[in-house]
Amino acid sequence: MINLVWLIPLFPLLGFLINGLGRNMLSKTLVSFVGCFSVLASFAVSVGIFLELNSSETKSFIVPIFDWISAGAVKIPFSFLIDPLSALMLLIVTGIGFLIHVYSTGYMNHDAGFGKFFSYLNLFIFFMLLLVLGSNYVVLFIGWEGVGLCSYLLIGFWFSNAAYASAAKKAFIMNRIGDLGFLIAVFLIFTTFNSVEFANVFPQAANMVSGDSTLILITALLFVGAIGKSAQIPLFTWLPDAMAGPTPVSALIHAATMVTAGIYMIARSNILFTLAPETLAVVSIIGLATLLMAAAIAVSQTDIKKVLAYSTVSQLGYMFLGLGVGAYTGAFFHVITHAFFKALLFLGAGSVIHAMSNEQDMRNMGGLRKKLPITFLTMMIGTIAISGIPPFSGFFSKDEILAHVYDHNKVFWMIAVIGAMFTSFYMFRMMYLTFNGSFRGTTDQEHHLHESPASMTIPLIVLAVLSALGGVIGIPAVLGGGHWLENFLAPVFEVSKSKTSALTLDHTTEYVLMALSVTAALLSMLYAYVRYVRQGHIPADDRTERGLLARLSYHKFYIDEVYNSLITRPLDSLSGFFYKTVDKAGIDGIVNGFGKGAVEASKSFRLLQTGMVGFYIFMMVAGILALLFYSMYKI
Amino acid sequence: MENVTQAIQGVPLNHYILLCTIIFSIGVIGVLIRRNAIVIFMSIELMLNAVNLLLTAFSVQHNDPSGQVFVFFIMALAAAEVAVGLAIIVMIFRNTNSTDVNILNKLKW
Repeated sequence: MINLVWLIPLFPLLGFLINGLGRNMLSKTLVSFVGCFSVLASFAVSVGIFLELNSSETKSFIVPIFDWISAGAVKIPFSFLIDPLSALMLLIVTGIGFLIHVYSTGYMNHDAGFGKFFSYLNLFIFFMLLLVLGSNYVVLFIGWEGVGLCSYLLIGFWFSNAAYASAAKKAFIMNRIGDLGFLIAVFLIFTTFNSVEFANVFPQAANMVSGDSTLILITALLFVGAIGKSAQIPLFTWLPDAMAGPTPVSALIHAATMVTAGIYMIARSNILFTLAPETLAVVSIIGLATLLMAAAIAVSQTDIKKVLAYSTVSQLGYMFLGLGVGAYTGAFFHVITHAFFKALLFLGAGSVIHAMSNEQDMRNMGGLRKKLPITFLTMMIGTIAISGIPPFSGFFSKDEILAHVYDHNKVFWMIAVIGAMFTSFYMFRMMYLTFNGSFRGTTDQEHHLHESPASMTIPLIVLAVLSALGGVIGIPAVLGGGHWLENFLAPVFEVSKSKTSALTLDHTTEYVLMALSVTAALLSMLYAYVRYVRQGHIPADDRTERGLLARLSYHKFYIDEVYNSLITRPLDSLSGFFYKTVDKAGIDGIVNGFGKGAVEASKSFRLLQTGMVGFYIFMMVAGILALLFYSMYKI
Repeated sequence: MENVTQAIQGVPLNHYILLCTIIFSIGVIGVLIRRNAIVIFMSIELMLNAVNLLLTAFSVQHNDPSGQVFVFFIMALAAAEVAVGLAIIVMIFRNTNSTDVNILNKLKW
């Protein structure tokens, strides 16, 4: 089965080719069939590989596909790596990818670009699978760039809207900054270890001293790549703007899979990071800052997708915090559970938007519980899961990260719990504003309200079940579980584990920590209930004056404005200077000057050409005489 | 006859050079100032022959016959040139009804 791994990316690629070439010829049914079943086929193969890996003794297989780059000492094969980490990611990408494809058949049904949409989605799945499967940094980088491209294409899917098109450009350009860091890191890895193959790099790295300056540089640059892809401070502003894309795209790319590529990459390179504690400190601080800032922004947003977008940024911050304190398993556990509940929440939000005739502002929603019962129930499960309330999946993963953070640094833990309170508050706020109270939209919208078709609700239900029960894969020992996930992933992280101290918390402390974070989440849920259900508070109009903190949060801490004035405008005026002064006046001036000079000079010189034969002969004789005198006297 | 040969050999080289220069200059000036194509043509011949004379004189002076051989070549060449040149002049005359070279001033800016 493992030798058939090449089939996994092949199916979506074929789907992309069929749907891409036949987008105007194939019927919608056929496009949906090809789009969904190509991913389903990959999922089936992934499940087979997962089962085989789970029962096999060896936990790491390298499947060479072909020799790709072979130039002298540089040998980079195109090969796939199957180990617990990639096997799990395969399941997430293809499994959730399939659900979202099914959902899209309903959500995009009325869209003119139906075939195009499905071909892009399949292409995305293809690149994401390359990213996950690559057995060296170069193949990973192809996937890394490919998903960035698909993200751009899909954010700008409705590109005739200028704002959407520029959101796509923003995402692409901000990712590019990160990608440069990643690329330089790959070069550095090659010069240091003479290979980019994981199987060669990591054992060599494991023999290096902790805190080696090269390792710190490599990991810092890799982290720059992760910052861009996974939307952390300072490059996170593209993700909220990326909500311009269709909602299934937000669920698939900007919540469940692509944005977790940074975490996957760091978890994959865990040994490098473990040996660079300085980088890990930076990772944890950036994760912490991001989770708090994004959560603080999310509490006042009124666009349902923006709330979820900032929530995603914030949850990604948790994952980076987990990586930063060495909780690789915890961070990856959170990747999995987050993929479940955030995909669910986005798809639920999509269902709401679909029902509301493309209205995204929660101020115009309210009271949708009766009209959209399935959406409400499933989103509620997602909300409880993300808030970290047991026994839903988010509780286990978030708690594992928090326990490691507590062990690492108590202040970090405090801040992370405050972030969790924010999480619980903004999620329940979103739910109450959307589903409770009375309807605040127009009567047209009210007439049109309807529960989404089965193609959309079934993925919601499946994801809701996963969000509710997904935690079972990682129930910690303290709660009487075996933590299957940790055991399964152990081969990937064992070298790192041997170089770091294990968790030292006793069970009592762990119970207290859990109780505290759950209480915090419940308290802020209660506050949200009182504020938005009991008091029926509705977020104020844009024009209303707000207090300082509320204004900062509502306007996203003015980060975009700060970037605009600090980076974009100076860059603009610098470009303007280069364009007008250096290029137009300078370089063009010189070139045009030569042309004009030639024209002006020839205007006077051409008068010499009189057409009179006598004159020509005279000039000729004069010339010969001049030469004669010259040779005689060697002037 | 012997006297004539002796008399010619008695002429110093300077005189030949002077004569040739004069003939050549007459040719040059003729080319420059005359407008009649045939006269210009004759002036060119004058220059050619001035050079021929000079070549012969130097050939004798240096006791090297190759100069005189060269003269024969030039004479053959000049004959060919005359054929072509006269043909051109005939064509000019047919087209312009004149042999004035200043009429041919169309080739200019």
